[in-house]
Amino acid sequence: MINQIGAYSLYICLFVSVYLILKSYISSKNFDKKIDQTFFATLSVQLFMTILSFFTLVFAFVFSDFSNITVFNNSHTLKPLFYKISGTWGNHEGSLLLWLLVLTFFLFIFFVTSKKMNVRYRILTILFQEIIILGFLLFILFTSNPFLNIFPIPNEGLGLNPILQDPALAIHPPLLYVGYVGTSIIFSASLAALITKTVDNVWASHIKNWILISWIFLSVGILLGSIWAYYELGWGGFWFWDPVENVSLMPWFCLTALLHSIIVLKNRNVFHSWTVILSITTFSLSMSGTFLVRSGILNSIHTFANDPSRGVFILTFLLFLVLLAVFIFFFNQKNFPDTYQRSFLVSRETSILINNWFMMFFLSVVLVGTAYPIFLEVINDAKISVGPPFYHKLIVPFLIPFLFFMALGPNIKWIKNKIKKLNTSQIIFLILSFVISFFIVLNTNTNYLFSTLLFTFSFYLFFNVINSFQKKNSNLSQKVSHLGFSIFMLSILFNGILSKENSANMKVGDEINFLNKKLIFENVKVESDSNFKKLVGEFKLNDNGKIIHFKPEIRVYSQPETITSEADISSTLFSDNFLVFSLIKNDGFFNVRYQHKPLMIWIWISVLLMSLGGVFSFFKLNEK
Amino acid sequence: MKKISLILLILIINTLHSNMSFADKKKNIDHITKNLRCLICQGQSVYDSQSDFALSMKKLIRIKIKEGNTEDEIYNFLKEKYGEWIVYEPEVNKNTIFLWGLPLILFIFGGLLIIRKVTIK
Amino acid sequence: MKNNKIFYFIVILIMAIFFVLLLGLKEEKNYIPQSDIKKLNNSISLKELYSGKNIFLNDLFLTNELNLINIWASWCLPCKAEHPYLINLNEKFDINLIGINYKDNLDNSKKFLSDLGNPYDEVLVDSDGTKSIELGAIGVPETYLINNENKIIKKFIGPLDQDDYENIINLIKK
Repeated sequence: MINQIGAYSLYICLFVSVYLILKSYISSKNFDKKIDQTFFATLSVQLFMTILSFFTLVFAFVFSDFSNITVFNNSHTLKPLFYKISGTWGNHEGSLLLWLLVLTFFLFIFFVTSKKMNVRYRILTILFQEIIILGFLLFILFTSNPFLNIFPIPNEGLGLNPILQDPALAIHPPLLYVGYVGTSIIFSASLAALITKTVDNVWASHIKNWILISWIFLSVGILLGSIWAYYELGWGGFWFWDPVENVSLMPWFCLTALLHSIIVLKNRNVFHSWTVILSITTFSLSMSGTFLVRSGILNSIHTFANDPSRGVFILTFLLFLVLLAVFIFFFNQKNFPDTYQRSFLVSRETSILINNWFMMFFLSVVLVGTAYPIFLEVINDAKISVGPPFYHKLIVPFLIPFLFFMALGPNIKWIKNKIKKLNTSQIIFLILSFVISFFIVLNTNTNYLFSTLLFTFSFYLFFNVINSFQKKNSNLSQKVSHLGFSIFMLSILFNGILSKENSANMKVGDEINFLNKKLIFENVKVESDSNFKKLVGEFKLNDNGKIIHFKPEIRVYSQPETITSEADISSTLFSDNFLVFSLIKNDGFFNVRYQHKPLMIWIWISVLLMSLGGVFSFFKLNEK
Repeated sequence: MKKISLILLILIINTLHSNMSFADKKKNIDHITKNLRCLICQGQSVYDSQSDFALSMKKLIRIKIKEGNTEDEIYNFLKEKYGEWIVYEPEVNKNTIFLWGLPLILFIFGGLLIIRKVTIK
Repeated sequence: MKNNKIFYFIVILIMAIFFVLLLGLKEEKNYIPQSDIKKLNNSISLKELYSGKNIFLNDLFLTNELNLINIWASWCLPCKAEHPYLINLNEKFDINLIGINYKDNLDNSKKFLSDLGNPYDEVLVDSDGTKSIELGAIGVPETYLINNENKIIKKFIGPLDQDDYENIINLIKK
């Protein structure tokens, strides 16, 4: 019964979508000054139907309706309510339904909030957005329908992958999807603006909000995924350059570039075509992300349902959208306003171009690194792995000039700026940064000219940003975000050179000494929780008189049968102490891994600061 | 402003000193195993994995280091057994020239575009 | 004119990427051993299971018969499943079967062989798994066919099944 409601509402959505595509296409040819009320009505119907089908699925999950095959495959009656709900989007079918929900919801919001804009532009945006919605609907209904029946009705479900039963991972996908889907509005809107010849500063300030929304959600989404990997995967790292992680990072680089170039378009009315190209690319990357993750083409820790027919569908759909965008772009190039303005070498415009330049470079490294093994295997039948050392080698050296330009950029005025012969405060900052960095690197035996320079320019950026808070003329959100980035760089660098770890095989009662610390394995207990059994280890760390107790867990889930290690982390503002233990075959022995990670928490805080800058900008806090 | 910087400097150096005592050179074995892919575990390095395969691998590498093999010799030995797939950092050869080169080419190309843009009169 | 060229270039590029990704969907995602394996290193030495004597692996290879290395352990369930094939091979064909006992308790492995039968001409012990790494193994069970030039000509990852069994027989008969 409930399955029918969900499925039928999706079919109604499909009809509405086809109707809206035809309707908006016709209206875009001969339209009145006033927008037809039917748009509002049909969009509301579509939104309502999507919400209905989504909540039908949530409902089926909450009440463990195993007549639904998606629920059967991914849920279990013993699961806590919270994970029953989050289980709705913890699987392939449900997550696509969530995509669809956000797609229709955003289109509706766009329609309601764009009343001041050109009528034809709004209609065309609906047209493009409905094409995307139609594609997703077809994909859901014909390759991954979440409302299939199973008969006879099983008594019990198969359970959700325990590794996904985690608060951070429960809300990580929705945030990421909001980010991804936001880029679809940017895509549709920029194509519509291009056709209606309205790519200008008015459009820029209108679309900037959508860019900010996507950017904020994408940033926080990536952050949560990273925090999850830090404590759940138990390796103590926070970024593994895993293909699935990379796939979320690519649209982020692109959006960050777009966020900067849209400011130029808004203030100076230049960079029209570049902004449109970025909009198209950002969305294409979000879509390719879905393709790469969902098709199972990547080799990754995050394995999802692998079904090649799904891959073929998304790939074809992606090809269609990208070609559509390319055609529209090239056949409407004359529509870009001819606002030729002279560019000067030293200007805010140039500094933002430099930002875009580096962002595109970082993007290309991640893109090439992620996609290259696939291409090489197809073309040359050779298998290679591209891992952290590759990304570090290519990205890290370029951070040095990037940080330098980032420190200087915001100080430069629009249009043209004269360089003073010697800016004393800048020189003081630079010398100060260098001296500090020199001592840091000297004291840690890292002994690389490289790290000294990285530290120097990170500090240099940091001092510059702090200094800029005194000035009243520049904008608050930029300062907060840049401050966030400089803290981010510094905490990663400190974390990198000062992290310490020790791994040993221990049994209960063992005591080991390392780095002036003493670690005692006091006890191990078996406890049971609602849906898993657990081994709780009790450890005592004596760090020069300072005592820290750890209680890491090994969880044994029965549905499906899985063992996970839960690290115990004691966090302070200065450092994290991280301890995880895992079973090894030799009787009674456990592998115990201790890590000391300085300034770990600042990595998370700094990313939040960056996002907070975006929030300030969204709420126009910097316009006085 | 200068005062603020000075205070900051003192603060930073202070926190550093408390952390310094742990600072020590990374062990070679960790460095090598982090660059090796655990072939039977999805997307984990040998360093991170506790599988039989990874444990034996670590042991073998420890022996190889004791015997005086260099990092590159160990990589080559393993590549001969398991193929290029086992190392996370692909060496530059005719297969991977574009992997390393393409981003750099794009960077130079982008730089040229910007220079052209800002110098057009 | 210039824009047209860029346009065609981009369209062709997108189509090319599309087809490569389409082909990529079919590729195997997991580890498969390389087909071109070089000659076995002659310095690999292991202890014999019963006598405890050190033996160089290469000394055991025969030049007039095919050699088959089988890596196994008593704790490995798939090894039990493939055991009858090994026994058949040893009884019915001229093949030099060398067993390598992987990370095992020696009493358990002896019991395994006395219970299920010993198909091996020689059983060697690899107690810490490092020798198997030198052979290029990723786990148990694995089976390698080695020709008279001490070269691995075929690798079977995982338990032998009927197809593998027939495959080996065909190679013996050649």
